[in-house]
Amino acid sequence: MARYLLVRVGSLLVSVVAATLVVFIIMHAIPGGPFDAEKAPLTADQLAVINRFYGLDQPLPVQYLKFLWGAFHLQFGYSYSDPGETIAQLLARVWPISAFAGGMGVLLGVTAGILLGVAAALNRNTWIDYVATFIGILTITVPPFVVSLGLILVFGVLLRWFPVSGWNGPATWVLPILAYSTIPLGPVLRYTRSSMLEMAGRPYVTVARAKGLSARRVVIRHIFRNALRPIITITLPILPGVMTGSIFVEFFFSVPGLGQYFVTSIFKRDYPMELALIFIITILYSVIFVITDVLYVLLDPRVRLAEGAAGA
Amino acid sequence: MRVMATGTTGAVTPAGPEDLDALLTSGPPATSWRRMVRRFAANRLALVGLIVLIILALAAIAAPLITPASYDDTRFVADTYAFPSAAHWFGVDAVGRDFFSRNVYAIRVSLAIGFGAAVISTLIGIPLGALAGYFGGAVDWIIGRVLEVFQIIPPFLIAILVSTLTNGGIPVLVLIISGTSWMGMCRLVRADMLAMREEDFVLAARALGVNQFRIIVRHLLPNAMGPILVAFSLTIPAAIVVEAGLSVLGAGVNPPTPSWGGMIAEGLSYVSYYWFLELFPVLLLTITILSLSFVGDGLRDALDPTTK
Repeated sequence: MARYLLVRVGSLLVSVVAATLVVFIIMHAIPGGPFDAEKAPLTADQLAVINRFYGLDQPLPVQYLKFLWGAFHLQFGYSYSDPGETIAQLLARVWPISAFAGGMGVLLGVTAGILLGVAAALNRNTWIDYVATFIGILTITVPPFVVSLGLILVFGVLLRWFPVSGWNGPATWVLPILAYSTIPLGPVLRYTRSSMLEMAGRPYVTVARAKGLSARRVVIRHIFRNALRPIITITLPILPGVMTGSIFVEFFFSVPGLGQYFVTSIFKRDYPMELALIFIITILYSVIFVITDVLYVLLDPRVRLAEGAAGA
Repeated sequence: MRVMATGTTGAVTPAGPEDLDALLTSGPPATSWRRMVRRFAANRLALVGLIVLIILALAAIAAPLITPASYDDTRFVADTYAFPSAAHWFGVDAVGRDFFSRNVYAIRVSLAIGFGAAVISTLIGIPLGALAGYFGGAVDWIIGRVLEVFQIIPPFLIAILVSTLTNGGIPVLVLIISGTSWMGMCRLVRADMLAMREEDFVLAARALGVNQFRIIVRHLLPNAMGPILVAFSLTIPAAIVVEAGLSVLGAGVNPPTPSWGGMIAEGLSYVSYYWFLELFPVLLLTITILSLSFVGDGLRDALDPTTK
């Protein structure tokens, strides 16, 4: 286990470096720098001073290494567009909003998915099953991008039940969280349903019933418990993407979270910001992958850690 | 070819007229293709999806015939923001273009980009996946790292980055989107190769001295065609979503080329009042994605009904 972890951490570092390097290269390959479109055109001298201040006059490899070194100390420097606070401060201010919206959304979606999946499994081939399965198909197929728009049109414009933009007060939380909840709902529903159906046919269930346990007890304590473990492992990989703020959900609902910075930092050539974001999200994904693998082993004693488990 | 009938003694006798008759009246042979088509046809969602898709495709092809104006024709300037009416089925947009026309031409753009991106994804993904899966070892390792890099970096961000580099243009956009979707096909083909390369028929081919690449192309890939087809048809809606997303953010097709994503972004500011500018692109986008996905799912279930 220790050896495995070591290998995975090494792999994580390689991924992070690779990802940030690729983004760094592409960003610098895009024509135009961060200070071209300033409101007041800068003279060559002023530009030189700014470049020197931000270290943009240094050779690229040096710039990259300085970034990397700082990143591992969680110091990302200053954003070019909002130099009033360090990037770390900005992230600390803005990320919790995304994490909250995303986290609540996942919670809601997973819960709903489990409930609907169980209902579908227990009432197989009845209308309950068909409706639940259909909901599952819809939420898997329709991307959050479209779901957000649908929510805006139906609940915001047509019914006018909820405000469609801004982030002040619980009323503005409802629609974004609903939009996020559709992300895990589909897979969890489908998986819960098929997993429970599969469990129900197993011998140990027959034994439990034969022993005289009530159907309810069998379902809850045996079938459901065993089906629950893998659900955790499917849900975990969804977390990094959702909790760093879906670009579109935040865009459409004007949520002042992290998602917007992913895009604006590209358009504004805000190198430190973009690199910081990529760094964070890459580490998040890699860490979650490792946790998922380890959890899978812990939860299911039959599974051994495969050596080449990365990227499976 | 002479038809032979084998009797219970094992002796082979030429077929008599009764045998031929039996053959001819038993109906078409239930080959696996036929079974698949039948399964697909039994899947109501898939059928509906297919019908809708055909309607969309026909609308896209016949666009000039069914629309009152071209997508960039701003002659209705006097009626900007007009609500849907008999004269303008979807209303008029902010600069005086008939919105129905724009939406119909947008079908062309989306389907073309989606299909094109799926084709290129496949062209990239199949060779890489086949090489990785069949040869394993170092080749697999390298391709595995490439896959990982493409997966760890949110593909969408790369798409935005690169498209800002090149400012639009549909062919470039297709390439960029392919860059975000080839990984699925690659993984699939790799997994299939891994599964099949230990099979006896491969061993036999190798023993006969068949060239490795020929084995891959002529023997292994045709057996993987089913999943490849399914993956292809599911890549199309995914590509359309990516294109719409890019266009919403302004990194997609350039105006005035109509794109649902672009229309969505434009209509967002007025959605509370001029709802139709937002509703119709969203509706059409959703219908397109859903029908493509249902058809893809239907193909998958038709090919392998055990996974339900």
